[in-house]
Amino acid sequence: MTVVSSTQGSDTTSDEEGRVFVETPLRRFISDFSESWLALAGLVMFLTIVSLAVFAPLIAPQDPYDLSTLDLLDSKLKPGELLSSGQVAWLGTDGLGRDILSAIMYGLRISLAVGASSAFIALFIGASIGLAAAYAGGRVDAIIMRIVDIQLSFPSILIGLVLIAVLGSGTEKIIVALVAVQWAYYARTVRGTALVERRKEYIEAARCLALSSRVILFQHLLPNCLPPLIVLVTVQVAHSIALEASLSFLGVGLPVTEPSLGRLIANGFEYMMSGKYWISFFPGLALLFLILSINLVGDQVRDVLNPRLQR
Amino acid sequence: MTVFVIRRLFQSILTLFVTSLLIFFAVFAIGNPIDVLIDPAADQIEFERAMKALGLDQPIWDQYFIFLKNALQGDVGRSFVFNTPALELILQRFPATLELALTSLVIANVIGIPLGLYAGLKPESVGGRSIMAGSILGFSLPGFWVKLTMIMLFAVELGWFPAGGRGETATFLGITSSLFTVDGLSHIALPATGLSLFTMALVIRLTRSGVRETLPMDYIKFARAKGLRESRVISVHVLKNILIPIVTVMGLEFGGTVAFTVITETIFSWPGMGKLLIESINFLDRPVVVAYILLVATMFIGINLMVDLVYAVLDPRVRLSDTGSESK
Amino acid sequence: MTHIPTLAVEGLQTWFHTKAGVLKAVNGVSFEVDRGKVLGLVGESGSGKTVTGFSIIGLVDPPGRVEGGRILFNGTDLARLPAEELRQLRGARIAMIFQDPMMTLNPVLRIDTQMIEAIRTHSNVSYKKARSQARDALGQVGIPSPDERLAAYPHQFSGGMRQRVAIAIALLNKPDLIIADEPTTALDVTIQAQILFEVQKLCRQTGTALIWITHDLSVVAAIADEVCVMYAGRIVEQGVIDEVLDRPTHPYTQGLIGSVPGHNRPGSPLQQIPGVMPSLLTLPKGCSFRLRCRYADSACQVEPEMHVVANPYHATKCWHPLSGEVSHGI
Repeated sequence: MTVVSSTQGSDTTSDEEGRVFVETPLRRFISDFSESWLALAGLVMFLTIVSLAVFAPLIAPQDPYDLSTLDLLDSKLKPGELLSSGQVAWLGTDGLGRDILSAIMYGLRISLAVGASSAFIALFIGASIGLAAAYAGGRVDAIIMRIVDIQLSFPSILIGLVLIAVLGSGTEKIIVALVAVQWAYYARTVRGTALVERRKEYIEAARCLALSSRVILFQHLLPNCLPPLIVLVTVQVAHSIALEASLSFLGVGLPVTEPSLGRLIANGFEYMMSGKYWISFFPGLALLFLILSINLVGDQVRDVLNPRLQR
Repeated sequence: MTVFVIRRLFQSILTLFVTSLLIFFAVFAIGNPIDVLIDPAADQIEFERAMKALGLDQPIWDQYFIFLKNALQGDVGRSFVFNTPALELILQRFPATLELALTSLVIANVIGIPLGLYAGLKPESVGGRSIMAGSILGFSLPGFWVKLTMIMLFAVELGWFPAGGRGETATFLGITSSLFTVDGLSHIALPATGLSLFTMALVIRLTRSGVRETLPMDYIKFARAKGLRESRVISVHVLKNILIPIVTVMGLEFGGTVAFTVITETIFSWPGMGKLLIESINFLDRPVVVAYILLVATMFIGINLMVDLVYAVLDPRVRLSDTGSESK
Repeated sequence: MTHIPTLAVEGLQTWFHTKAGVLKAVNGVSFEVDRGKVLGLVGESGSGKTVTGFSIIGLVDPPGRVEGGRILFNGTDLARLPAEELRQLRGARIAMIFQDPMMTLNPVLRIDTQMIEAIRTHSNVSYKKARSQARDALGQVGIPSPDERLAAYPHQFSGGMRQRVAIAIALLNKPDLIIADEPTTALDVTIQAQILFEVQKLCRQTGTALIWITHDLSVVAAIADEVCVMYAGRIVEQGVIDEVLDRPTHPYTQGLIGSVPGHNRPGSPLQQIPGVMPSLLTLPKGCSFRLRCRYADSACQVEPEMHVVANPYHATKCWHPLSGEVSHGI
């Protein structure tokens, strides 16, 4: 919409028709997205963090889980002090003499992998259920949505805690718990959008062309449900990373052998009272930057895709 | 309105029933109920007596009804650790948690709504942009890490506030709370603020997007065309419209805040039921876990019901439309 | 002493500063309305008629701004009036009625709240007195049992009833000027006729000047004393209603009249104006209508001046004004 059409309540059509600049949706999306330098900064930050995590084994100063390289004499070094191997521990070391910087890079790998995989599994399951509910309608829809409503009325951390209390802990179990927490958001969003889209004329038109219901569902309906789904995925990836960190911090998350950022922060808790802040502080900062960068990107995506904010 | 209340009440009872079914199958059917409900240290005679008392020799549906009957009478078993009825144990800790959650919600709204209004009215200004950036930060901050950092800064380094525990309580108008003593206030300041940050960010964003979506509406322009003062346009015409989503979300968020006290209480050694839950999970004290879930579930369903009722009072359109199948 | 009209707009320019360039939504518009008279402002969507209305009451949304010209209301230039003084005039001396009655009333406030605040903002009357004034106003616009309806919410009214409420609100403070922005477009034809009739009657009774913005020539024919035809931010033809409708001189006006279905014999194809209105960003040099005009020639590359072509008042902005009577069914 151009500015004129948004300010003159009655005059909405002609500018669309008289438009000179032809924009593809993607190009328009990119140009709208780049409008905010904050969002661009978020994107750069996110890509940097992801590459740090992916290339951790190549660039980390130390393999923090190779016990042979650890030296107890190096424990609790302040940021900037030298390890016995002569390397600089830029962010200090923990109680076992592990380099915090390296631990963070390896921790990021675990946090990102668990967070992203659970969000995408939940997307797949939730979107399928939501689409099925919208398509089936009637009693099936009512039952599915009632379950979704019940689940969504409980905070995710509580559901996560309960599931873990029942399932016990372990990496797969954490992922199962994170998926179980998130699927309902996708189901509700997809179902809601699909129901709105289904009533629109273009679906009516597709029906009139006697297209099969599968073609209508996947080629016409699903692509139009994408914008809210894209927004939701970014939010949920951040959400599940934060949730996993919280559970690991509480000691009911990932096992000690898979030290995610949450576990690293928990490890430093006991040292904090004696002023050895860096053991928790830096992993927390890394977690903050990771979630922040995803949220900055997601926020702009939401603004750009939200038709209710007239742009 | 009466039809509306009855419908909602019926839905709530149904939800509670389904929830109890889920809890039963989660804890009793998936886990081994003997491990869950009977103290591993019990001897053989005690073991069999407990089996019989719990009806574990009965078919599963009968077991469910026994569970339901006991739960309705407030009996979900005894804590292995404290050897007292689990529900009683939870209820003792409940006031401390409630106090923490309510204080944090008040902080979140009192600061969040004005900031959100400002950011919505002046989205392009430096102040508006800073508030939004701050709210994204508030969303992204890992809660437990912020609280640790707060302890480090305000308790360990600066020594302004105590690092943990609940302070002295006093009784005023029949309510016992730490909000009535200076010591109590100094103890609740850090945990309540830490707990409020996420909700505050949420309130800011809700308020701002509400303002931005309401301002271009014809009825706002019409209100201005009537010559109303800008202060009235904002405080009545805009604010009343955005209060509806805020009240809804706050009601729901209250549940979330209670749940997140789990982390806050663990960090600040706040003697509430969240800390008890974590301890019980770690000690495998499952009757307490079950009691916690049942209590919190009941509370949430009650809150949802109340939110819907308040919503109906605030938004006249709901009352009428709800006679059909669509709600909200 | 010279006669001061209720409203005299002189060379009004309202521009929108967008990323894509400056949109001249209203570009040099002049007209007058007098006490008890009705001026019809006609044009297609996007011609700038609504922005003209909002410019007068100072409610153009950013990035739009009144850039030039004068808006003389009883002799005072509204374009240069401080915001606070303009606010005090709004709703009191100048009222506006909007297009979509479903959107004009605040859905979460009761009708009485929305009416009483309009009274009490401008005059120091008691709540009770304001409420009884509001009740009388509802009765005046033909709302049955106004006492009970005062306590209702907007969603309990039909579209036509809501528009009556909006009209009642506009009339509350007995304004000198009412700007009605397509107030009947969203309504059923029968309701439309009722509302047209009532508004006209009320304005004649109170001597209120009325600007009726619409795209519908038949509405203008029924209600207006004078008419201005707008195209792409400019007035292309203006004058006394019968003059303009019977002897249109601008090809655009003639096209508009020809497009009204009532004009044609059954079975014959409907006349239409070829092409669409150009984007305000890419207006041609000279006459903005020339690319769609079958009479256009090289002279049209220079913008024509508004000049009087007949008496009673009838002016046009065209190098090749048409002559001759047009038969039409409106």
